[in-house]
Amino acid sequence: MSQEHNMRRVTAIRNGTVIDHIPSGHAMRVLEMLGINRSSSVPVSMVMNVPSKKMGTKDIIKVEDRELTQDELNRLALVAPDAHVAIIRAYSVAEKMTIELGEEVQNVVRCTFSNCITTNLREPLPHRLKVLSREPLELRCHYCGRPQDLEELVHNVL
Amino acid sequence: MPGLITMDDLTNDEILSILDDAERLLPVAQGHVYLPLLQGKILGNLFFEPSTRTRMSFETAMKRLGGEVVNLGDVKTSSVVKGETLFDTIQMVDGYTDIIAMRHPRQGAAQYAQDSARVPILNGGDGAGHHPTQTMLDLFTIRQAHGRLDGLKVVLAGDLRYGRTVHSLSHALTRFGCELVLASPSLLKMPAEIVSDLKAHGANVVETEDLLGSLGDADVVYMTRIQKERFADEDEYAKVAGAYKLHATNLDGAKESMIIMHPLPRVDEIHPSVDGTRHARYFEQAFNGVVARMALLCRLLNVPVPATVGGEA
Repeated sequence: MSQEHNMRRVTAIRNGTVIDHIPSGHAMRVLEMLGINRSSSVPVSMVMNVPSKKMGTKDIIKVEDRELTQDELNRLALVAPDAHVAIIRAYSVAEKMTIELGEEVQNVVRCTFSNCITTNLREPLPHRLKVLSREPLELRCHYCGRPQDLEELVHNVL
Repeated sequence: MPGLITMDDLTNDEILSILDDAERLLPVAQGHVYLPLLQGKILGNLFFEPSTRTRMSFETAMKRLGGEVVNLGDVKTSSVVKGETLFDTIQMVDGYTDIIAMRHPRQGAAQYAQDSARVPILNGGDGAGHHPTQTMLDLFTIRQAHGRLDGLKVVLAGDLRYGRTVHSLSHALTRFGCELVLASPSLLKMPAEIVSDLKAHGANVVETEDLLGSLGDADVVYMTRIQKERFADEDEYAKVAGAYKLHATNLDGAKESMIIMHPLPRVDEIHPSVDGTRHARYFEQAFNGVVARMALLCRLLNVPVPATVGGEA
């Protein structure tokens, strides 16, 4: 099954953002990380577990009428660091963007450790996770030093 | 220098130099010499959970050096109970004091406080996290007994999972090339991330459930209390805790120079019959809390300790 066929499982979008090469089964997490949920009004299409030459299978998301910012995309580094992102304008790829994971992930998710000082959400300092390793992804809380459970982390999106 | 949150905030040279300062301050800690190096300075003692030795030894250390202490007092009667954030509490105390010693039930609280404060923070324990000032007094006690820190065989025993003193101490000992034996019931093993950190730093670490079998060639045996509430039922606790009790009769095969330490309070993990042996060091260790904290207060307040401390009081 061709790449083109995958992309056409859902209609081509006129304007918006296409996130391709999401690891299979992670599309819902990507939406969660981007804060795209029931309260979002823009049309969102999603395909899951479609064939991919590079990855075996993959997920794809198309968000219409919304150009995701670099900051928003960088949130995906935690769940889909190798995803390809394209900004679409008038049915054409206007811009390609890459997801960047810096030395620290700030105010994206909160620490998963139940006794961390940051579990008090009234505390005003930023939530900070340090990136110890990229491959495999290893994160530790700047404050309590606890390693982060990546499965659990996506439920702690701020 | 900023505060002391974890032992990573100090290099090995800084650790040794602070221990040297502590050594020289001994007559001051003993009350034989009056040396008001910290006159005019104020320590804020913020203990959000109970503490006897740590709080009192900070207070004693500050007063022996001529400084003043203000206390948060009982958390139940402070603004914390009204829902004040740690950030706000620190903003206030930061304005009142020159340095803050704090203990907090939440892990990461000391780093959080340091990021909120202008003055240095001394971490006196944050949840099951770190307790670096205890580590400094432990290192002082070990060096006092053995004349060195490097290359010793140290058994850490008891509750290694929740015991923050052993978390900080294990990191520090590893940096001085000590061999570590981690003796604990499987339920209370040292957290995997700490063991992996220790090994990543090249430490020789052995994990075992057999404390008594580990005593033979140990230079230091560091006991900690196993708390009943960590176990699902009392029988299980009794079975496990029994294997982590030291009696004088267990020490027959130990090296003469071996010392037994304990951060205290003890319950029954060290039988009183051990107190009179040459191995017992836990009461000296508790006293050393004063001198180690004196040296730390001077260092963090940038007050040099004179090369010779003399002049009998």
